Amino acid sequence: MHAGNAAHHATTGTEHDRALTSVFAAYTATATIWLVFATAVGLLLAFKFGAPDFWAAKYLTFGRLRPIHTNATFYGWASIGLVGVAYYIAARSCGTRLYSTRLAWIGLALFNIAAIAGTVALDLGYNDGDLEYREWPWPIRLIFLAALLVTAWNLIGTALRRSTEDIYLSNWYTIAGVLWTCVIAIVGVLPWYQHGLGQVAISGFYMHNAVGMWFTPLALGAFYYAIPKILSRPIYSYALGVFAFWTNLLFYPLLGGHHFLFSPLPWWLQTTAIVFSVAMLVPVWGGSANYLLTMRGRYRDMIHSYPLMFIFVAVIGYLFGSTQGTVEAFRSMQAIWHFTNFTVGHSHLTMYGFVTFALWGAIYALLPLATGKTAGRFGLAAHFWMALVGSFIYVISLSIGGTVQGLDWVHGHPFIQSVVDMQPYYVWRGVGGMLMFLSHLVFGWNVWRMTSGQPGNAASPVLGPSAIGEVTA
Amino acid sequence: MKKLLMIAGGALGIYIVIVMLIAVLPAIDLSMTPAGPDVKPLTALQAEGRDVFVANGCSYCHTQQVRPLPEDKVFGRPSAPGDFAYQTPELLGSERTGPDLTNVGATKPSDVWQYIHLFDPRAVVPESIMPNFRFLFRVVDQLPPGETAVPIPAPFAPATGKVIPTQQAKALVAYLLSLKQTPIPGYTMNGGMGGVTTAAPAATTATASSASVPAGAYRFDAARGASLYAANCSACHQASGEGIPGAFPPLKGNAAVNDADPSLHIHTVLQGAHGVTIGGVKYTSVMPPFAGQLSDAQIADIINHERSSWGNQARPVMPAKVAAARAKSP
Repeated sequence: MHAGNAAHHATTGTEHDRALTSVFAAYTATATIWLVFATAVGLLLAFKFGAPDFWAAKYLTFGRLRPIHTNATFYGWASIGLVGVAYYIAARSCGTRLYSTRLAWIGLALFNIAAIAGTVALDLGYNDGDLEYREWPWPIRLIFLAALLVTAWNLIGTALRRSTEDIYLSNWYTIAGVLWTCVIAIVGVLPWYQHGLGQVAISGFYMHNAVGMWFTPLALGAFYYAIPKILSRPIYSYALGVFAFWTNLLFYPLLGGHHFLFSPLPWWLQTTAIVFSVAMLVPVWGGSANYLLTMRGRYRDMIHSYPLMFIFVAVIGYLFGSTQGTVEAFRSMQAIWHFTNFTVGHSHLTMYGFVTFALWGAIYALLPLATGKTAGRFGLAAHFWMALVGSFIYVISLSIGGTVQGLDWVHGHPFIQSVVDMQPYYVWRGVGGMLMFLSHLVFGWNVWRMTSGQPGNAASPVLGPSAIGEVTA
Repeated sequence: MKKLLMIAGGALGIYIVIVMLIAVLPAIDLSMTPAGPDVKPLTALQAEGRDVFVANGCSYCHTQQVRPLPEDKVFGRPSAPGDFAYQTPELLGSERTGPDLTNVGATKPSDVWQYIHLFDPRAVVPESIMPNFRFLFRVVDQLPPGETAVPIPAPFAPATGKVIPTQQAKALVAYLLSLKQTPIPGYTMNGGMGGVTTAAPAATTATASSASVPAGAYRFDAARGASLYAANCSACHQASGEGIPGAFPPLKGNAAVNDADPSLHIHTVLQGAHGVTIGGVKYTSVMPPFAGQLSDAQIADIINHERSSWGNQARPVMPAKVAAARAKSP
């Protein structure tokens, strides 16, 4: 018996089902509001690159809105959305009810209070040092930590009351991801060993671990549940998934220093970061191969399943984005791309092409199973294609522009030349960003239909076993 | 229970060990990095300015770290660990949408320039995409006692009234002007990727170029002169050579620039200037010295660009002449 078969579906009573459904729906709904808000701010920021005097007043100045955009994306959209998915997966794959619905609601309130307070604080100029992703004043980051602790408690409690013998792999990723992030949050907030260069070392650690030990494991956990669920077949190799889990843990935490190559940080710290950036190819390629091989022979089904298309894009985004990160970490590449918009393109390829698409895929695959309501096919198509084309334009324009910028500096042109040369790429970035933003409005409509709409807009996301290329029973 | 403990507890335990080794222990050690020679803590006003800098997110577009790479030489010597002893929060930054600010207090030492640039960056750098920070200024009809109006160029100035900086703007400019690298004698740290950075890279290039060119046939590199001028001079003197009225003197038609004897011109570029009267106008702005950052050949290229542009017609200057002037001054 394969305990990891995600199709395992114990019914635990309609009342508990309803509670789980409203938790999942509420996390998704507030996350969606944060996505629309964060990307509206992002679009305004993109516009400001071409019109710097537009809305340049105190509370709308670029430097205050920029961290609002990044933090709302991180802690509003991606964090809340992924935790909602993690709760649903935990209860379903453990064949039980949530340990505590009440704790889930408290967690949701804390996440949102932190994100709202953080946004207001940044706009008022209370920025904790422009340190990326930990700009919120420290009391607000403690609220976020409290939300994490509540979530960890609840997920572990749910796993403890499981009716299955094994703990399904998805829960390894989500539970460990929440626990790791508690450590990251504590390390980031404690002040007494962070002065000058010491703080630089923590910044490098923090900003990359917040991505790779938080969003990555939760998104991968969603993959391990959603892909087998849609295709009604087990994951290609459970062992490979376990291997990717432990290698990700051993390699990822060590690569944060590559944000500070050529900085005054000790050379050994920088070199360690480069070595482990390369080592990350092992879990990334191993994990990606596992997802793609689970989909083997079923690619034709993708045209019938937008949830699967979202997840497929996310897997490719994970594979390409992470591999690009490895290439970027080499000193010879950093000498050109560091400080340029290439990095902005990379962060959107990963946070958008991977994490955000993974979250959408998981929501489209699982929320209809919880609510019994689906979004219409037109809404799914409009969302998918606008987001995909928009992010392509966004990433490609900034990758080319960033390279031009870096070469301008290498060639010793006056600095302002790089500003002038970026202009057309900033315009294209705005075009891509506009499409992405419009797709988020459609996503909001889809979420509304999956939660408050009518049943029967489209078929269930579960495709059922296919005759084509099916080898396992 | 046992399984969960192994997975969750194991993953958490391993992670804590790695975090201690890669982040916490190095950070404890690095936090004790001693300050470099002459690196001093910020004054109260400068620290207040640093807070304005942070609140308005300046470091999302401006780094404060110079890498040991050739392309970073324009921003100063490579940053050393001791430079950051008093920099908490650290403001190294991760993007250069705008230039690095490590040494901006030395390269743009004029507070007048900083004020005009903050009020409207395009008043001094037409291609700039930095937002204006007009909210750090006040427009008044009558100058309060002790205040000086910022000489904003006409197209960018408010229709009526005088522009004066708020306390926040004053603090911010005090902070920006405090950003100056301190010399570290014999400091290289380049590991073969850059070159000598603290000593003026002067003598060798100058003799090489003057030796290879026969006397009387000297022609300066016009493209390089224009590029160096754009990088080092046009922020104040403007691409048009007309300067900013009341703030920065014009070079177009400037007596020293057109003088057959280039001594004053060379001396000014090498050593900078402060409080000079040009064409009957007294300028209070500070001009930085370029002797430390540019070679004799580069300075000759800039000077010759200025002597042959905007209708100026003066004889070109040989790099050897710059070398001689450099040798004479202390």
